[in-house]
Amino acid sequence: MVLYPLLNSLFLCFSRFLALRVPAMRRARASPAIECSFSVSRYFPGRTGEHLTDNKEDVRVFHLEQQLQVLTMDKSEKTEVVLLACGSFNPITNMHLRLFELAKDYLNGTGKYRVIKGIISPVGDAYKKKGLIPAHHRIIMAELATKSSNWVEVDTWESLQKEWTETVKVLRHHQEKLEAGNCDHRQNSPVVERSGRKRKCLEERQDSSQKKSLEPKTKGVPEVKLLCGADLLESFGVPNLWKSEDITRIVADYGLICVTRDGSDAQKFIYESDVLWKHQSNIHLVNEWIHNDISSTKIRRALRRGQSIRYLVPDLVQEYIEKHDLYSSESEDRNVGVVLAPLQRNTAEAKS
Amino acid sequence: MKSRIPVVLLACGSFNPITYMHLRLFEVARDHLHQTGMYQVTQGIISPVNDDYGKKDLVASQHRVAMARLALQTSDWIRVDPWESEQPQWMETVKVLRHHHSQLLRSPPPMEGSDPGQEPSAPTAAPQLKLLCGADILRTFQTPNLWEDAHIQEIVEKFGLVCVSRVGHDPKGYILDSPILRRYQHNIHLAREPVQNEISATYVRRALSQGQSVKYLLPDPVIAYIRDQGLYTKDSSWQATGTQKGQ
Repeated sequence: MVLYPLLNSLFLCFSRFLALRVPAMRRARASPAIECSFSVSRYFPGRTGEHLTDNKEDVRVFHLEQQLQVLTMDKSEKTEVVLLACGSFNPITNMHLRLFELAKDYLNGTGKYRVIKGIISPVGDAYKKKGLIPAHHRIIMAELATKSSNWVEVDTWESLQKEWTETVKVLRHHQEKLEAGNCDHRQNSPVVERSGRKRKCLEERQDSSQKKSLEPKTKGVPEVKLLCGADLLESFGVPNLWKSEDITRIVADYGLICVTRDGSDAQKFIYESDVLWKHQSNIHLVNEWIHNDISSTKIRRALRRGQSIRYLVPDLVQEYIEKHDLYSSESEDRNVGVVLAPLQRNTAEAKS
Repeated sequence: MKSRIPVVLLACGSFNPITYMHLRLFEVARDHLHQTGMYQVTQGIISPVNDDYGKKDLVASQHRVAMARLALQTSDWIRVDPWESEQPQWMETVKVLRHHHSQLLRSPPPMEGSDPGQEPSAPTAAPQLKLLCGADILRTFQTPNLWEDAHIQEIVEKFGLVCVSRVGHDPKGYILDSPILRRYQHNIHLAREPVQNEISATYVRRALSQGQSVKYLLPDPVIAYIRDQGLYTKDSSWQATGTQKGQ
């Protein structure tokens, strides 16, 4: 039919037209740009796209545009997510890396989210956990481990802080970074920008983040969510390990993705906590079908006993550990007798 | 110094596909045998089963061998041997053991872990070939008609078994339940995997068919091979016949 090529071209042009409306950053991640001429008048001589008549063919084109709109909107309505994993990573193991893969598949599979990045944030030495070796080694191992990943990366901000930093602050730091980055992108987008708009954008962001906000996040900015195993979720119950206000902020403002083998225990834990129960829509439990027990503690124990850790950690990590002889009875004795930083801080604050 | 008995570990199975858990079996078994002070593990052999075995979803042996080879690229002591898969039909495990044992006697394997500067002491003993398996295999000895009693006996008497523990299995119990196994229990080594990591190949296949990630469950080169060859996709039941499909 003669009309088919016309419809086809119109299809392409409208999709490009709609795509330009979406913030530049998201557009960059959309499906490959369809190259076509933007000018509609080329295909409807003497007529612009908006002025559709009651002509049957135009009506068909109009419906097509609606469908296109739905398709494109569907994609742009997905919330972009950045997964943040905090922990000792002492050392990083295949299990840590699996958490990211499982969480990403799960969130993408809901159809509501699109996971765009994973961040590994090793804790600073000031955490004072028993057996915690210096951060620079843990960072390097995490970087070696994520070398082969095209979406998970390591961030050193937390480990570079002089004092131990609460997890909620790390979440906040990364969320603000994303929002500032989003302002940059909007600055650079071809949509009309006036000077000073970036400053205004950043001010808006800072205003909203400084409020203990119940306001919805500004659209178009990816959301940072805390990725963890069931052990972290259940550690919420350890006295003085977490500030209750922090737990509230984490589940209310950010969200939790908890990968667990035993979903029922985690569900019970959520049920028994008023705060977690209230924000349960923001807590995602992901099932881990594989009985995976690769804890860093066991890795360190195996190393002390001269046992192989091959295939439990990435090869590059295993080689690095071996080369630098990182874990021994001596290293395991680090911080023995020292109180864990959060316990220290929260107990002191409770007393004051 | 009393010289240790050289041991070669042979693992038979589908390896459909090979995973880190299979590779761990070798590491755990080697550590265990070394710990006894009696053995020196010199070699590991992966022997993928013949296509004729007829197990559901079994992809062509050429693929399973290729994947094992990719997985073992970075191992300096484990290799894959396609002999079993290349035979005209499926054969009992004991026959595979016999074959590899005679091969070993013909050409002694290189000594792993020996100090090149050291003077060779007493002449090294003939290498022992042991069957490496998970505890679940030990239980299958009890399944009626799956194994011939004579074969079970030959395996534990003439060769030996290294059995790596698995969640939900009680290898000691299986041994005590069987008169043959009880009699040769000195030749059955129960190795405990200190770090449970139950990566079942079934799970991997299902995840692949659903388009989910299997990264960090098996080596990246194997994952790339599976993707390039279009293995374990939703509609790849034709793979079992071994025919090649164009992309």
